[in-house]
Amino acid sequence: MIQTATLDKLKAAFAGLAVSEFRSQTRVVAPLASAAALMAYLKKDGGFDLLVDVTCVDYLNFRDAKDRFGLVYLLASTVTNERLTVRIFVNEPDLTVPSVTSLWAGANWLEREVYDMFGISFAGHPDLRRILMPFEFDAFPLRKDYPMQGRGERHNFPVLTRGRS
Amino acid sequence: MAIELPENVVVSKLDELASWCRKNSLWPMPFATACCGIELMATGASRHDLARFGAEVFRFSPRQCDLMIVAGRVVMKMLPVLQRIWGQMNEPKWCISMGACASTGGVFDTYSVVQGIDRFIPVDMYVPGCPPRPEQLIQAIIDLQDKIQAEGTIMGDEFNLPSRQMKKRALVELPVLPSLPPGFIPQLRR
Repeated sequence: MIQTATLDKLKAAFAGLAVSEFRSQTRVVAPLASAAALMAYLKKDGGFDLLVDVTCVDYLNFRDAKDRFGLVYLLASTVTNERLTVRIFVNEPDLTVPSVTSLWAGANWLEREVYDMFGISFAGHPDLRRILMPFEFDAFPLRKDYPMQGRGERHNFPVLTRGRS
Repeated sequence: MAIELPENVVVSKLDELASWCRKNSLWPMPFATACCGIELMATGASRHDLARFGAEVFRFSPRQCDLMIVAGRVVMKMLPVLQRIWGQMNEPKWCISMGACASTGGVFDTYSVVQGIDRFIPVDMYVPGCPPRPEQLIQAIIDLQDKIQAEGTIMGDEFNLPSRQMKKRALVELPVLPSLPPGFIPQLRR
């Protein structure tokens, strides 16, 4: 839910935003160029003080898809109980998005997870490294062109037999 | 001519005595990573008491244990830790793979879960279940005690047998399923 007043102020501040609604859930599609400004506006003037989640969708081989990766930011306001979804679409080869860690401190690990699973870099992130997979892992597992069983990394370890242990 | 023994003398093989002592004082090293760890705790609790089988303490130091119970799924990030703990245990040592995930990877046939710790660690007992009931784990420990009694030697020579040292040959990685070809759009069958 988002209040009409907040939405009107948002639309007035940023012209040309694609706003849609589905069953009282509002989403805003932000172009990459104005993403940083939009996030700062939402935190300071929009009153969204809680970043609920940052995640990503890979639209490879999806019907009617124009961009490959769609980042999803779920924002909430603890004061007015509003929720908003912000979508940012990125394409290869330039998978860099401005980081929102300076606005919401909780984005630190959330963006690290998106980097680990999809390979999207966040410019301005203080500590961008893998968080779930081992550091020497070299693929991005949740992309659609990565097989679910992996490429043999999970069994690439020495075998200990009775005589050697 | 038979030697008359008084009633308080028992004659036995040293191997059998040593095995009897070892099987009745198996101190487990709980390597509990996931949900099976809760059932492991339940087995050690008061209702299904594991201490009555000799597992008096769950020592968390591998130097003091002789039975490692791997309870739960082991991811590829955890496997070097598992191998290090196994290497730190002193012989004679045994391993129980508790649950479906530790035995075969369970329902998690994914890029990060090891499909069975017996690919990398020598395992003596497998306990099926998701999670196995405490009674099943107790049965596995009883079966392991029977195995120790049957095969045990005082010097630990049973671990040097070539049959124990062979790499498992049947655990070949199945071919990786190819990813979807480009342009493939899943359609409903009408």
